[in-house]
Amino acid sequence: MSNEIAILGAGMHPWGKWGRNFVEYGVAAAREALADAGVPWRDVRFVSGGATVRCGYPGYVAGATFAQALGWQGAEVNTSYAACASGSQALAAARNKILAGECEVALVIGADTTPKGFLAPAGGYRPEDPDWVRFYLGITNPTYFALYARRRMDLYGDTQADFAKVKVKNAAAGSKNPRARYTKCFTEEDVAASAMVADPLRLMDICATSDGGAALIVSSVDYAKRIGKGDAPRIAAISTVTPSFASGVVEMPDIATDSAAAEGIEAQSFRAALPIKAYEEAGIGPEDVDVAEVYDLSTALELDWIEDLRLCERGDAAKLLRGGDTRIGGRIPVNPSGGLACFGEAVPAQALAQVCELTWQLRGQSGERQVEGARVGITANQGLFGHGSSVIIKR
Amino acid sequence: MSDKPLAAAIDGWHTLGEQPHLIGTRCCGCGTYFFPKQTHYCKNPDCDSNEFEEVELSRTGTVWSYTNACYKPPAPFVAAEPFEPYTIAAVQLEKEQMTVLGQVVAGVSTADLKVGMPMELVLETLHEAEDDIKVTWKWKPVA
Ligand SMILES: [Zn+2]
Repeated sequence: MSNEIAILGAGMHPWGKWGRNFVEYGVAAAREALADAGVPWRDVRFVSGGATVRCGYPGYVAGATFAQALGWQGAEVNTSYAACASGSQALAAARNKILAGECEVALVIGADTTPKGFLAPAGGYRPEDPDWVRFYLGITNPTYFALYARRRMDLYGDTQADFAKVKVKNAAAGSKNPRARYTKCFTEEDVAASAMVADPLRLMDICATSDGGAALIVSSVDYAKRIGKGDAPRIAAISTVTPSFASGVVEMPDIATDSAAAEGIEAQSFRAALPIKAYEEAGIGPEDVDVAEVYDLSTALELDWIEDLRLCERGDAAKLLRGGDTRIGGRIPVNPSGGLACFGEAVPAQALAQVCELTWQLRGQSGERQVEGARVGITANQGLFGHGSSVIIKR
Repeated sequence: MSDKPLAAAIDGWHTLGEQPHLIGTRCCGCGTYFFPKQTHYCKNPDCDSNEFEEVELSRTGTVWSYTNACYKPPAPFVAAEPFEPYTIAAVQLEKEQMTVLGQVVAGVSTADLKVGMPMELVLETLHEAEDDIKVTWKWKPVA
């Protein structure tokens, strides 16, 4: 199809708590992706960066920062900020540039260094800032994940043991991933023994924040063919749609949802909307998907995503999990990378890390994590400020 | 207990008194409710009104979901020493077709709640300040 681009190379700096400048991680990831692609740096004519807002000034101009670090060579640059979807938005910018015929090869890159300590809003009395309001009233990030998790329990009969099973599954996958931060295997008992943070979620149900960097070399299909890589995995769809009013799920950092009281307005789920455009754009359906990388900020959230991607009926994700369908070797493996459970979130790099994993999966290069015969993969993530994304790659 | 006067933790977000209500706004064009108050533009994509009336929101609703806070949140939260875990609920308001978060009154745990349970809005202490006791809205199971 005419709107496809090829993924020639993928690279990641291992996730961790390294405490170094994020540019280092980005450069390492970019060099790995360039080597993987077999493309000289000077051939890259567009550098599209996912921005971090945590690292001050250079973070805001990620595209230029990474282009300079790799050595200025006159490429054009772009910087995208879209919270957790920053990487996907940067990828979409590269795709547009390529499909418009303005460049043949682009580097898409994101990296982050997590600040030390707990992120808290500025002090004073600032009721106009929703972040200030919710922290003042005692509502933290885990509150939201726990509300979603508890609702699953009351509505669908999910249990805390089910959530623990997600962690056990992802830890087992991540133990075989050298790029993951946490590579230890856990049992359900380990999860149950960890401290309760926000009932029903325990410490081991909630993902950490990490340092990391991820990069992709993407090109026109024409260019890929010319260098003998016509069979490289292709980006078939990128969805970065906003929510639709009225958002019926209370989202961080808000204290209330939209009201759906107006004539003709219905409550909507943002998460469920994200993959719809992706499936439409790729011209495929959930039944065609072989593997998924979803944003498991909490264990329970992985189950929500499985339903949002329509890999099963609403409310049936735990059934899929219990049957082993979502583990490597199952019918529809989810988070074969180990997911955020094993990586921790490195915001501007995370959406790209999901695509890196799918690239290796579709090429059959994932070793012990390999999803046999994977030809279609989908990602999903959602972050702050109405940002989220879903990317489909296929071979 | 101190004899300091009571004051709203956040000014103008709820009425004070026996049967408190959250104070929101309602779009004069399409009827969409807003909490916190919205007074400059309507977020309904089919509405370009910028006229709003201040309204008291329903003070009862049903539980959408619930959780608790086992660890002390960072500032600006003001924690009692020692920190006492508290319960939190998201409550759906029928007329307004919206869900509002809030703490649940002291003495109610997550084990006492269930999705769909009727709740009402009351005022309770959020924390004690130098000159007064800051109260805020909390959800309470309807007896
Ligand atoms: Zn309106």
